[in-house]
Amino acid sequence: MGILSKKDAGLIKDPLFDNNPITIQVLGICSALAITAELKASIVMSISVIFVLGLGNVVISLMRNIIPSKIRIIVQLIVVATLVIIVDLVLKAFAYELSKTLSVFVGLIITNCIIMGRFEAFALGNGPWKSFLDGIGNALGYGLILVIVGFFRELLGSGTLLGFKVLGDPIEKTGLYSIGYENNGFMLLSPMALIVVGIIIWVQRSKNKTLIEEA
Amino acid sequence: MGLKQNLHNLKEKYKGTKMAPAFNAIHTFLYLPNEVTHGGTHIKAADDLKRTMNTVIMSLIPVLIFGMFNAGYQHFSAIERAQGITTEFSLFGSFLTWDNLWIGIIKVLPLVVVSYAVGLLVEFIFAVIKGHEVEEGYLVTGMLVPLIVPIDTPLWMLSVAVVFGVVIGKEVFGGTGMNILNPALTIRAFLFFAYPTWMSGDKVWVYDAVERTGTADAISGETILGTYAQNSESIYSTWDKFMGFIPGSIGETSTLLILLGAAFLIFTKIGSWRIIVSTFIGAAAMGLIFNGIVNADIITESSKFYGLMSAPFWEHLIIGGLAFGAVYMATDPVTASQTNKGKWIYGFLIGFISIMIRVFNPAYPEGVFLAILLMNVFAPTIDHYVVQGNVKKRLKRAKVKTA
Repeated sequence: MGILSKKDAGLIKDPLFDNNPITIQVLGICSALAITAELKASIVMSISVIFVLGLGNVVISLMRNIIPSKIRIIVQLIVVATLVIIVDLVLKAFAYELSKTLSVFVGLIITNCIIMGRFEAFALGNGPWKSFLDGIGNALGYGLILVIVGFFRELLGSGTLLGFKVLGDPIEKTGLYSIGYENNGFMLLSPMALIVVGIIIWVQRSKNKTLIEEA
Repeated sequence: MGLKQNLHNLKEKYKGTKMAPAFNAIHTFLYLPNEVTHGGTHIKAADDLKRTMNTVIMSLIPVLIFGMFNAGYQHFSAIERAQGITTEFSLFGSFLTWDNLWIGIIKVLPLVVVSYAVGLLVEFIFAVIKGHEVEEGYLVTGMLVPLIVPIDTPLWMLSVAVVFGVVIGKEVFGGTGMNILNPALTIRAFLFFAYPTWMSGDKVWVYDAVERTGTADAISGETILGTYAQNSESIYSTWDKFMGFIPGSIGETSTLLILLGAAFLIFTKIGSWRIIVSTFIGAAAMGLIFNGIVNADIITESSKFYGLMSAPFWEHLIIGGLAFGAVYMATDPVTASQTNKGKWIYGFLIGFISIMIRVFNPAYPEGVFLAILLMNVFAPTIDHYVVQGNVKKRLKRAKVKTA
């Protein structure tokens, strides 16, 4: 990467894989379970979090020297809440159906541990540019897992991807359905999202043994 | 030099290679290995894991054979019912016939073969990757799985479920002996949640009923629980229910043969009689409570729970999968409670919750597998408190003595 120094690139790359907020830090699980039954919802949720975390990190970083440490949590909450409301209103205005699918979980971005975690751990102690990269990196790491989970759940659960019937039509029995294939209803239930996340964690740790914690 | 020596020589030759565990599994399946333990004195006992597993399988064989005959019997009697013919039941005339057995052979045996082939393949793959020995755990699971699914379960669904059950239910925890949940029930639960249309209703329990839907030859056969859940009277007599001439999952119908299997397991000390007895007690207790509610007129005939609640408590013990679950599933030594007092509590709660789910579950009037899975999760907790209670009691006694 020409534009970014090696250290800055690491800020984006680390949270994608070796320090992924979901699979390594195990944060933000609730929304990963709740909204990943469709790929579209996962993607929109990821974009929302990228926006909130990227911008929020910059704002907190700019104000880091003037926030009294006693009330910093409240200030952080106000910043997140403002950004989340912007996202929520934009979704309601331009993608009403989707915002109904995401329902309360857009609002719950406020309580997403990843966001408060990054504010506390990074933005309060680093400059705006670095904080921006860190926010984008962590949100991308979160989004990556969401998209992987959403991909498998929608493909195996509904037989579609982004609403397109990629495996054939289950009612008219075309494509795979003509030979007796059926959608896996379990995939649409939340426990299966937990199991898919678990499998991702399993695969990741068996590839990179240094990630395995001491028992 | 016999086959045994040849195998042993081969084993020495390939020691340490990647495929060694797979080879060893086949070797030890056929013969006792030549190795002996080194140093120290060991307790010698013949009841190793393999013998335990084989005993359970032997106790399952009568149930399996009965299930094969019953598959055909239910098929033909459903056709006769659809055509309005009623024939007198006779054991040799209408049940133990070649026609019935043939349906069993073409429908039940493939389920058994697929269950074993897929499950053992997964076990072998894991043994080779992880470099440990192939464990015998799947021998029983592979036999249990075909017995607890409806007869018309498509083979590919069974394969997917077996892969899921063995990997998520067992291998992620470290293989045989480490699992929290009973693998066979994990497979059943997966099938139930993934493909509910194939696991409930009035079509799946009778061979060919799904294929014939919508044609002039349509047949159906509801389980007794399904009939009760709709507040209707069952057409089967108590004797039929006890003997098992009723529709249901392949192996769960015959309470008589399951009890014989239970006697065999208790006699060989493989199955815990405490768990079996307390499960039945728990189920009867919940049944009695429901009967009491009905007798007190709290639930009237207009309620959707009436059919199942008003069934006499002893009937709950012989219909559905309760007997099968109590004898073959709840007694799984890995996932059950280990302490004697814990076994009573564990079994009682399984029976109690089974009947509760059975009555209140609107979508699927059977709760035995869910109850057992739930109690599997709680088994270590039960053991913990039983042990702690014992420790406290003894400490108290010690204090009194010293004081």
